Amino acid sequence: MTFIAKPKIAHPSLPRNPLGMTRRDYEGALSTLCAGCGHDSITAAVVEACWELAIEPQNLVKLSGIGCSSKTTAYFVNGAHGFNSVHGRMPSIAMGANAANRNLHYIGVSGDGDTLSIGLGQFCHAIRRNLNMLYIIENNGVYGLTKGQFSASADVGSKAKKGETNFQPPIDAVLLALTLGASFVARSFSGDKEQLVPLIQAGLKHKGFALIDVLSPCVTFNDHEGSTKSYAYTREHYEPAIHTDFVPLQQAITAEYAAGATLPVVLHDGSRIVLRKLDASYDPTDRAACAATIQERLKEEEYLTGLLFFEPGQPEFHDLNGTPEGALNAVPYEALSPGSAGMQKILARYR
Amino acid sequence: MSASDSAKINDFVIKIATVNGTGSASANMLLMKAIFRSGIPVMGKNYFPSNIQGLPTWYEIRVSKQGYVACSGRVDIMVAMNAETYSKDVREVAPGGYLIYDSTWPRPALLKREDITAIGVPLAKLCNENFNGVRTRILMKNICYAGVLAALLDLDLEHVRQLLAETYAKKPQLVASNMKAIELGYECAKATFPCPLPLRTEKMAKTSGYIMIDGNTAAALGCVFAGATVAAWYPITPSTSLMDAFKAFSDRMRIDGASGRKNFAFIQAEDELAAIGMVIGASWNGARAFTATSGPGISLMNEFLGLAYYAEVPAVIFDIQRVGPSTGMPTRTQQGDIMACAYASHGDTRQVCLYPANAEECFHMAVQAFDLAERLQTPVLVLSDLDIGMNDWMCREFKWDDAYRPDRGKMLDKAEVEKLEKFYRYVDKDGDGITYRTLPGVHPKAAYFTRGSGHTQFGMYTEDSVDYQLLLDRLLIKWASAKKLVPRALIDATAGGEIGIVSVGSCDGAIREAMDLLRARGVGLNYMRIRAFPFSEDVERFLAAHQVLFVVEQNRDAQLRALLTLETQVEKAKLHSLLHYNGLPISSSFIVEGVLAHLQPGTKSRAAAGQ
Repeated sequence: MTFIAKPKIAHPSLPRNPLGMTRRDYEGALSTLCAGCGHDSITAAVVEACWELAIEPQNLVKLSGIGCSSKTTAYFVNGAHGFNSVHGRMPSIAMGANAANRNLHYIGVSGDGDTLSIGLGQFCHAIRRNLNMLYIIENNGVYGLTKGQFSASADVGSKAKKGETNFQPPIDAVLLALTLGASFVARSFSGDKEQLVPLIQAGLKHKGFALIDVLSPCVTFNDHEGSTKSYAYTREHYEPAIHTDFVPLQQAITAEYAAGATLPVVLHDGSRIVLRKLDASYDPTDRAACAATIQERLKEEEYLTGLLFFEPGQPEFHDLNGTPEGALNAVPYEALSPGSAGMQKILARYR
Repeated sequence: MSASDSAKINDFVIKIATVNGTGSASANMLLMKAIFRSGIPVMGKNYFPSNIQGLPTWYEIRVSKQGYVACSGRVDIMVAMNAETYSKDVREVAPGGYLIYDSTWPRPALLKREDITAIGVPLAKLCNENFNGVRTRILMKNICYAGVLAALLDLDLEHVRQLLAETYAKKPQLVASNMKAIELGYECAKATFPCPLPLRTEKMAKTSGYIMIDGNTAAALGCVFAGATVAAWYPITPSTSLMDAFKAFSDRMRIDGASGRKNFAFIQAEDELAAIGMVIGASWNGARAFTATSGPGISLMNEFLGLAYYAEVPAVIFDIQRVGPSTGMPTRTQQGDIMACAYASHGDTRQVCLYPANAEECFHMAVQAFDLAERLQTPVLVLSDLDIGMNDWMCREFKWDDAYRPDRGKMLDKAEVEKLEKFYRYVDKDGDGITYRTLPGVHPKAAYFTRGSGHTQFGMYTEDSVDYQLLLDRLLIKWASAKKLVPRALIDATAGGEIGIVSVGSCDGAIREAMDLLRARGVGLNYMRIRAFPFSEDVERFLAAHQVLFVVEQNRDAQLRALLTLETQVEKAKLHSLLHYNGLPISSSFIVEGVLAHLQPGTKSRAAAGQ
């Protein structure tokens, strides 16, 4: 961690978003993670994405479980409520919070241990419910706080810092999410901010469960020779298959896209995601083909990245439950209680 | 009519032995409701297996002109419809009682008893001759015994007809077929035996202003009236019917008129861990949220209960206790979770618990639980049990005060936050240990960070000893505030003297009856029923004022007694346990025998020895 406190006053020349806020207004507490930790880059990308989207800080809810990754919710958007819950159970807290008020942005930050081991069940069921949230996995293949045990995302043959080799096959969050019917499935790398920021923006705006599995090297316990989650290995083996541009509602699409290789998708609020294929044969709308290609490339030790699968329009939890457009926590009590007259009608059945 | 015959009017117990999944539940309910509508106090208890179809099941109907609601421990009429349990069922009938059996097939001569009257009715034959289809014949055979009992007990068939019309309002053809089965049994009994029996019903006027309802339905209704909007649970016997009832009530009464949308979220979780997580997430975000579970679910929820205690998030949990340990006997009753709930979770935790004794209290305590949870910003566990939750109780009609508004506790709104220089989540401004909270989406100044890790009163992460201890000690101040807010114990000290009886929850009916029986034998007892943890001040006073205290509870390890010795100054030697833990509801006779055995040594007792 760094011990140099950030200055609190923003320079007047700092750029401001439509709310008149600077990037500094979207920062959080000082990170206590190791210097060079991939997670801190993801935190920076979240700050950038929220600032660009001009999300009102109080309308963001930050949720996490336990672990290095889960600590990071304290490191961005100070003006948002945060809930650092218990290990592997963030999805249920998110589900409850979202049930109470559907009109906020929910961002959950988890790790590979928190999601793929202790929290695997809750992760899967949050996807099944199509809970409207952005779920970021900061994936480093290792347990950092307990000093270097393999996690469930460690690859076969990957070596621990102390030399031990992992023989158990990994659980791949992206493939899992695809089979569970997720509507927004992305993979990225903490070292590729250019790719990550629009993915976070698209994920926040997507109506439904948006997963971004971010390869995020652990500089202390998993950045050595023989690790398949080190900076060097990831840089060499990750391959963007899809470039994602996020275009907010008020902006026109300005970038030049080659015909046939782009796929503009309009989101529920009118903003757009433009998917640019970097790999001509890859179709991000064909679930089965995506899963097959991702798997084939994994066999060749290649991580495809980008918004790998996208299917907007799936009903999310509240659509299925039939809740009103407004927040349940704001329904006046008078609309909730049957009152004494209602009671009399009810009691008639029990006489 | 002799004096002993008149004593049997409106004071007897019918037990019906059938096979699970044969429709006997509707027949039993029909009988019980018909008695209830005749103005006679009645109670029903269902002893059912953890099974969908095929295992033995019993239903006990106690007709009690005095209004006693507990098991008496006696059977006057046995309706033996299950060949598998026939011999056991016959043995259970009290001398002078009656046995009703299906005489379509010959009865084993070996099982004859000289001291009871056997009444054979060819139920299967009657139904085979009058109905078509195997399933219909089985169902109607059970409705048919209700007709037999109606004749023997002198029940008004008009009540039965009316009840059927209400039950099958949407399927009128079923009214006719069911009524036909009733009449077949009724006429056959009338033609074959002198009806009514000396032991019979006679109209009274003691049920007006009362309803018959099970505790789970009552608790669900409480949740509706409390304004709960988020319900999350994982199915588990015997709590599931609470959630089913909440959904049924909400589907009828919580639909937004304009949009047709549901003003509630109903979430079947993947397990109990997720269920309580959802409740905590929703409560944290300002909805009134609850879950219902039983012992195994409480075990799973422990980690989250510690989080909610320490991070100070409201939550309402209904624990419909069943027999433990482990899976135990899922369809049998117990009060085995008293200790597990009081200190649920690791570290120094203590949880607010409410102990309803009947369906009426389930309703009122459900509402109260939400108010307390938000006022105290902590979980509130409502410890009901299978006996209260799944059996039908006669209780006073619920009164609802339209002036009620939810107590949201110390929750700051936008305007209040606006006025603050800075908001700190855990600073004890009022000295009562209860701090102020805010909701997401209200104001950027209102933001705070909720965590289960060490935190300061300003909401920051800490590993500092002083800051940690300051917060933990403040939670004890809050606990002292809770003592003043939770429901007080109910105390009946009319007997005077130095002998007391202390209990909790569903033992209440049996105790009140036992007190009457003991009084008749010259033993006067003062009674205290504890209704909440932490214990209110009056608990300490009652314990101090008595020299002999019987502690009656339904578990092996005297959990209430243990909690009393931990949390009050009471001398252990004064507390004598009467422990009932076979999975069946406690009876008045068990308590009478236990008390007499202690006060008059030499008397036989089934109760475990006092500790």
